[in-house]
Amino acid sequence: MLRFALTRLSLVVPTFIGITLLVFVLIRLIPGDPIETMAGERGIDPARLAQLRKDYGFDQPVLVQYGFYLSRLVHGDFGRSIVTHEPVIAEFQSLFPATVELSICAILFALCIGLPAGIIAAVRRNSIFDHGVMGISLTGYSMPIFWWGLLLILLFSVQLGWTPVSGRIAVQYFIEPVTGFLLVDTLLAGDVGAFRSALSHLVLPTIVLGTVPLAVIARMTRSAMLEVLGEDYIRTARAKGLPRFRVIAIHALRNALIPVVTVIGLQVGVLFTGAILTETIFSWPGVGKWLIEGINRRDYPVLQGGTLMIGAVVMTVNLLVDLAYGLINPRIRYTR
Amino acid sequence: MTAHPLPTPAVTAPAAAPPSPVLEFWLDFRKNSGAVAGLVLITVLILLALSAHLVAPHSPVLTNDTAFLRPPFWQQGGSLTYPLGTDAIGRDILSRLIHGARLSLLIGIAVVSLSVIAGTILGLVAGFFRGVTEVAIMRLMDITLTLPSLLLAIVIVAILGPGLMNAMLAVAIVLLPHYVRIARAAVISEVSKDYVTAAKVAGAGRLRLMFKEVLPNCAAPLIVQATLGISTAILDAAALGFLGLGAQPPSPEWGTMLADAREFVLRAWWVVTLPGLAILLTVLAFNLLGDGLRDALDPKLKR
Repeated sequence: MLRFALTRLSLVVPTFIGITLLVFVLIRLIPGDPIETMAGERGIDPARLAQLRKDYGFDQPVLVQYGFYLSRLVHGDFGRSIVTHEPVIAEFQSLFPATVELSICAILFALCIGLPAGIIAAVRRNSIFDHGVMGISLTGYSMPIFWWGLLLILLFSVQLGWTPVSGRIAVQYFIEPVTGFLLVDTLLAGDVGAFRSALSHLVLPTIVLGTVPLAVIARMTRSAMLEVLGEDYIRTARAKGLPRFRVIAIHALRNALIPVVTVIGLQVGVLFTGAILTETIFSWPGVGKWLIEGINRRDYPVLQGGTLMIGAVVMTVNLLVDLAYGLINPRIRYTR
Repeated sequence: MTAHPLPTPAVTAPAAAPPSPVLEFWLDFRKNSGAVAGLVLITVLILLALSAHLVAPHSPVLTNDTAFLRPPFWQQGGSLTYPLGTDAIGRDILSRLIHGARLSLLIGIAVVSLSVIAGTILGLVAGFFRGVTEVAIMRLMDITLTLPSLLLAIVIVAILGPGLMNAMLAVAIVLLPHYVRIARAAVISEVSKDYVTAAKVAGAGRLRLMFKEVLPNCAAPLIVQATLGISTAILDAAALGFLGLGAQPPSPEWGTMLADAREFVLRAWWVVTLPGLAILLTVLAFNLLGDGLRDALDPKLKR
């Protein structure tokens, strides 16, 4: 297991360095002089420009500059936002919990519906339920979620008035952030009204963000279950008289879940892609909306730092999933 | 294989001559009603896109000062002049949707063609040359796959500047790793086969081996992935358009139309609902077709 973990870890390092290189190249390729952009001045005094270039090391060869950039990253310096002048890493840290809270709710929503739907569809193969699940999940998989969000707002917020249109909590509540997760923080503060407000703000974004993972999980669970249900050991279990439920829920599901776990891990990237769109639609104060605002304001340090940190998060989660996978399924450890 | 009794096949193959590969493929494909529905929808969309200037009742960019936000014809205040209503500056929605079909199909096909050609060449090179070349190409693809697809596309658009062409290029780059991986995996499994050795012995050059011998035998998975890729390309390009980074107004691109319509969500449901429905149906059609192609082309998945 240690050997497996080390090989897997050794693959992560070059990928991460590759991402830093990509982000570094991004600084160089963006039109306009980075110092002028950073200073926020046009027609800057040439002497001051030269001084700033020297201060930021832009008079050095590109390779040396990349070295400086890496060493700043290692020291936790991801640059400062041009607009707010706050350190990028501080902004990221304050917004990241909102994205994580939304993502966790979305994946739980997807699991709670997708797993049972996939299992029942596999057990009742070719029934109306099966065809319905497959049809709906293909539709969900094809869904432009930015439009799906607008539709849900149109129906539940505008027509029925059940849920708020945007934001994370009603304005009258101020909750001191402890964990950064509003559902937890409002409960810690003991404010039931705030908790209900946070929950009602969370419903629509959760559905929107969870739709694609839900479709993927339902389809994957169904095909994994179908494969396992055809195995000999399932027939044996049935033949020895075990109840049908036990065979499906214990014998079959356990093996069918292995590919499903991988797919759930792979959804992290999909969740971030979805979070960018979902947060934009619902004005959810998370990392995705922050990045889009950064682009629109030409706030390149935010884009660079944000991309790098999201890349790091996705890689870390993928690594953890791989390691967990190695723990669950010993066959994986030896085949690589 | 399964505990369920298998239905007897509907088509009994004649004992004398097996059907031609094309006919066999069609017989398999036809059994999948979803895939046929997808094919029909795509055919309709292609016909609409080709004849957009003839079919569309109005110009997609012509505004009418006297008809702002007219509802569709079946609602109070609507008229058959504008069957699906008008947008906030009096443009006919139906005409914009039809011209948008032209754009979306063009985006899907152009992006995937670019991606498939570049990806196949990179994959063939990686599979044939192995060693450092392979490691370099595959590492680069891993990096591309690590970043969430839309984020990577946004970063590329930030470098190149917003616009339809740049958005298409960005989506093509995002899709690239899939084709590289498929082509490389297929090449590696094909290269050791006897017919490749035979061609080598017969004196075939490296390029001939790559493109005339091995590539045709890797085509099936690439075709399936390309069909599914068209739907991803249309969806991603629409998302970029929605975020203001893709096609720019007044272009009738569906995602851009949705972005324009956002502020009217409370007053005019049709300006928001219809472009999204068009995206959904198109993407769904390509996904249905892709699933059907995979089932028909890949004998391992036949059930």
